[in-house]
Amino acid sequence: MKRYISAYFEDEENLLRATKELRAKDVSIQDVLTPFPVHGLDTALGYKRSNLPTVAFICGAIGLAIAFGFQTWAFTVDYPLFIGGKPHFSIPSFIPITFELTVLFAAFGMAIAFFIRSKLGPGANNIIHDERSTNDRFVIIVDLDEAGNQDAIVKSILEKEEALNIQVKEIES
Amino acid sequence: MDNNYTFTRKTQISLFVIGGLGILLLLLGYLLEAPNSQRFWTNFLINNLFFLFIALFGGVFQALHKIAYSGWHTALQRIPEALASFLPIAAILMFLLYFGMHDIYHWSHEGLYDPILEGKAAYLNVPFFFIRMAVYFAIWIWLTRLLRKNSLQQDLSTDIKYYKKGKLLAALFMVFFAVSSSTMSWDWLMSIDAHWYSTLYGWFVFIGLFVSGIATIILFISFLKWKGYLEFINKEHIHDMGKYLFAFSIFWMYLWFSQYLLIWYSHIPEETAYFAPRLNDHTVLFFTILVLNFVLPFLGLMTRNSKRNLKWLSLMAVVVLIGQWLNLYLLVIPGTIGKSATIGFTEIGFVCLYLGGFLFVVFSSLAKAPLLSKNDPLLEESFHYET
Repeated sequence: MKRYISAYFEDEENLLRATKELRAKDVSIQDVLTPFPVHGLDTALGYKRSNLPTVAFICGAIGLAIAFGFQTWAFTVDYPLFIGGKPHFSIPSFIPITFELTVLFAAFGMAIAFFIRSKLGPGANNIIHDERSTNDRFVIIVDLDEAGNQDAIVKSILEKEEALNIQVKEIES
Repeated sequence: MDNNYTFTRKTQISLFVIGGLGILLLLLGYLLEAPNSQRFWTNFLINNLFFLFIALFGGVFQALHKIAYSGWHTALQRIPEALASFLPIAAILMFLLYFGMHDIYHWSHEGLYDPILEGKAAYLNVPFFFIRMAVYFAIWIWLTRLLRKNSLQQDLSTDIKYYKKGKLLAALFMVFFAVSSSTMSWDWLMSIDAHWYSTLYGWFVFIGLFVSGIATIILFISFLKWKGYLEFINKEHIHDMGKYLFAFSIFWMYLWFSQYLLIWYSHIPEETAYFAPRLNDHTVLFFTILVLNFVLPFLGLMTRNSKRNLKWLSLMAVVVLIGQWLNLYLLVIPGTIGKSATIGFTEIGFVCLYLGGFLFVVFSSLAKAPLLSKNDPLLEESFHYET
């Protein structure tokens, strides 16, 4: 059993202030959902930089190796053909495909890594805390401790920043 | 710190030393290498174009960002403005080409009896060549001067009309540059190999111009920061310049390869005639250019931290600038000097001389106005910029 409190804001300035205040009070914020990127929210939430670029580089390198290796094998070992009087192993003609597969692998690798890391994808059980998060509102979801010590503080901060639809939920985890 | 750059005696002297070194090397080259007039004019053209491109990029950078409603660049606007101040001198130097054009442009000779060149004579003839040159320079100089004047007037007034006028001028510059950047590269570079043509050439030269301009602006930021100016330029701005350098190095390679692949694949003699001398007679240079312009900036600027580290970024900018100069060198020499071309005292002397002169002009222009422009409605955005 996990307990959450969720609420939405009409303005991103309120959201930013509430986030900062909650973090100052050592309340753990599970997620913030916004209709557009809010400047300074990443730092306010204390997020570390993502490792996605590293994933992209590794996947891109794999794609490059696969594409180049496969073409080399296919054109020189498995089925050598003379095309346009060029040598079997002619690097310039391999480059467009190598380039494309590098990009493809990097892009898919990043998308898949993102899905795995954020537990998304087909069959994932996603809880919608507040319906307005699918619309134009700024939704904040806060983890509460089971003892209920933080409830009052969290509620007062949210109310002070004009949050609407404040609700406490208990969800099986 | 004062917002005005002071062009100190010390900097002036070091620029004179660079220029003087250039003259010394040229004399040394004259005595030891005895360059013929062709070598002289070829070097003249290469350096003219190299520094002209950087100056021209001053206009492109302003125009591009103004049109795109960009906010982040407004804090460093004075650097491209100063770069563009070299344009009038570049114009004079280009017109001096009149005296040496027979050494460079084969088509400019009379009585060639060459059916291919005869077919191109309506475009490639000496009077029209200089008329076009005059038109390009007249409009470039006119518009960049107006942009500069407008930005200086904006410093004194909070009227929004200067912002709007700047946008209009930028749009005009961009439209004209879009056409003239292609035609100038046909005129001044592609016509050296007058029988050969490539539809991609204008783009290729333009991206070379873009990359060397970005690298130059990075070096100016680096220099000014080292001297204690530009405290309002933060890591975010530097990160963006790094992204530019990274992205356009890749794009340069993309265009280079697009041109090469098609010619290599189709293997038509009149097309491969362009790459054959470059690849066979200057093999080392040919691949060095690819390493300097693509491999090193691509691997060196891949991570976020490397783009935000100004020292490392400046090093990469120097690498790319050297690469772009060599690229220009290889575009020109096979059609003029040919196989025997080497890089010696004459070449290095020319570069030093031009570099000293160019930096002197740009720094003088930089010292004339405050380094931070005022009253631009997007200036505040530039200070709070975050990538």
